[in-house]
Amino acid sequence: MSTLSNTRTTLSRRQILVSLAAACALFTVAATPDAKATDTLNALVWCDHTDPALIEPFEKANNVKVNLKDYEGTGTALSIIEQSQPGDWDVFVVDGVDVPRVVKAGILAPLPADQLPTGDLFPELIMAENHMKDGKTYAISEKFGYNTISYNKTKVDPADMKDMSIIWSDKYKGRIAVYDYYLPVIGMVALGLGKTTASLSEDDLPAIRDKLFAMKGVAKQVGEVVSSQTAIATGEVDILVGGGEWVTAGLTGEKPELDWVLPDQGGVRWSQSIGVFETSANKDLAVKFVQYILSPEGQARLATSSCYWAMPANAKAGGHLSDQQKAALRWDDQKDYLARSQLYPVPSPELDQKMQDVWTEMLQK
Amino acid sequence: MSTDQVAVRERRKAIGFVLPALVWTLCFFVLPFAFMVVMSLWQRIGTKIVHTWSLDNYAAFFAKPHFLQGLVNSLEITLSVTVISILLAYPLAWIIAMRIPERWQRAALILAILPFWTSYVVRSYAWMLVLARSGIINQSLLGIGIIDEPLELASTRTATIIGFVHFFVMLLTLTIYANLKQLSPNYARAAADLGAGPVRTFIHVILPLTIPGVMVGAFLTFVLCIGDYITPQILGGNKELVLPQIIMLQIGRRADLPAASALSILLMLVVTFVYVLSARWLKLERA
Repeated sequence: MSTLSNTRTTLSRRQILVSLAAACALFTVAATPDAKATDTLNALVWCDHTDPALIEPFEKANNVKVNLKDYEGTGTALSIIEQSQPGDWDVFVVDGVDVPRVVKAGILAPLPADQLPTGDLFPELIMAENHMKDGKTYAISEKFGYNTISYNKTKVDPADMKDMSIIWSDKYKGRIAVYDYYLPVIGMVALGLGKTTASLSEDDLPAIRDKLFAMKGVAKQVGEVVSSQTAIATGEVDILVGGGEWVTAGLTGEKPELDWVLPDQGGVRWSQSIGVFETSANKDLAVKFVQYILSPEGQARLATSSCYWAMPANAKAGGHLSDQQKAALRWDDQKDYLARSQLYPVPSPELDQKMQDVWTEMLQK
Repeated sequence: MSTDQVAVRERRKAIGFVLPALVWTLCFFVLPFAFMVVMSLWQRIGTKIVHTWSLDNYAAFFAKPHFLQGLVNSLEITLSVTVISILLAYPLAWIIAMRIPERWQRAALILAILPFWTSYVVRSYAWMLVLARSGIINQSLLGIGIIDEPLELASTRTATIIGFVHFFVMLLTLTIYANLKQLSPNYARAAADLGAGPVRTFIHVILPLTIPGVMVGAFLTFVLCIGDYITPQILGGNKELVLPQIIMLQIGRRADLPAASALSILLMLVVTFVYVLSARWLKLERA
């Protein structure tokens, strides 16, 4: 009896251990991000790439499955990459201004420049200083737009919106939302103070900090993409600082009262770039995806993605957009807008940390 | 079978029952927590996490007033939510447990916790629309002429507290209801026999006996509320930051996992401190 009892105990312990081992193995398999196959592409992207209308044509044409992980902010993307295994990701969509540091970190692989439609891009979007290193191309612009002032033209005087100082003036106190992204809004404040985004230094921060605090004092809220869009769409606020076509263009059908403008001092231009991961095991397919996104058809779909609209980098996409879509994107004004806009500030890591501290201070004020 | 053999067998059986929970806790709490402690002592410099040991991330918390203010905001909001939720949940639980006929209690309880069934995020966005200038509250008040201008309810600390209270009243109602149902009616009868009126019976008999239920609910409310990121983010309008929002900023903006780890550990220390303070009441069994 004693022996039997011991045997049963031993067996049951074995069973427990085996079960645990099996559970761990199952968990490991389940936790591995998207078991890779040759016909699978894993892309780390902004949310506009998750629109099925954009992705499905590529999937069908190439008989592949595109797995998309969307993020907001390069910091988040870098964090995701750090926690991933080499080979987990194939395609990376990243802010154009952040491409140099991503290349420096060895994240992107060189692209076959001769197979990309670089010549069809708006000239300002080629950004060779960002996308090229040692004669090699590591990324290419795919979409761009402006962080500027969106507003409800039935509730505010459109003439007021042409002066950047309106964002910290108390004329519309309590009716302003601020997009919670420090780089473009700090860039806008800098423009309002007569500075250029490319030359910002630590010496400029005290003046920028004062205006940010003044802006916070008159703002109703500071929010991310969804809450900013919701706030202006529902009439909770009448002005969105940091807005632009990415907020209002997709809403023109149902909310024709929403508009946006580049103030006289100019606006901050954002751009997204696309590249292929150095560690991708599927580089050919990844390049094919980049080519599709840069094609006029892909560009038109990306420009009018359900997450947010913005200008396609490829000027030939215009042939695939309706007049109404082009009007919402201000297609015909781009020459002027491109000339009057400046890129996001590109701070050094030290200045970036100080900018973020100022921004957090502003949020906490 | 000898007594010793029975004891060994029982001990092995007990270990077998406890082992899965131990392994689970080890894999999903102890090891990640230990890693987080180690991570909090590293540094993020540029784009790299440098594995040198220092307390700089902890020092930064005390050196930056806006970080410290985040903890103050968290405590203020959490304490307000806990107190308001108790004040609302106790009468509700009392009515369900003591005043509603037995056969309707289950239905009443389900109705009370029905909002639990909707997504937390969706519920927060729904509150944002309810509290907006064009929301139902402002439009109703404007419609009946009580106010001339919409009240600024959305994107405020008040909105955050309302969103939290809506959620935690349900939780507290459950814990207090469970406690009330365990009470024998003989306590109230004995108090009445000794000449105590209903108010006195409640204050001196019922309330002390239900304190464990209140404290369990209050502690859960405190822990869940002080660690929540979603509600302040959606309803607070970033007019001020609570500590979890600051932790998320370290991750989302800076990819600074060491700083986020240090702040998270500080948050856990606050929760541990509150647990120690309230531990004597955190007993589910009745005295």
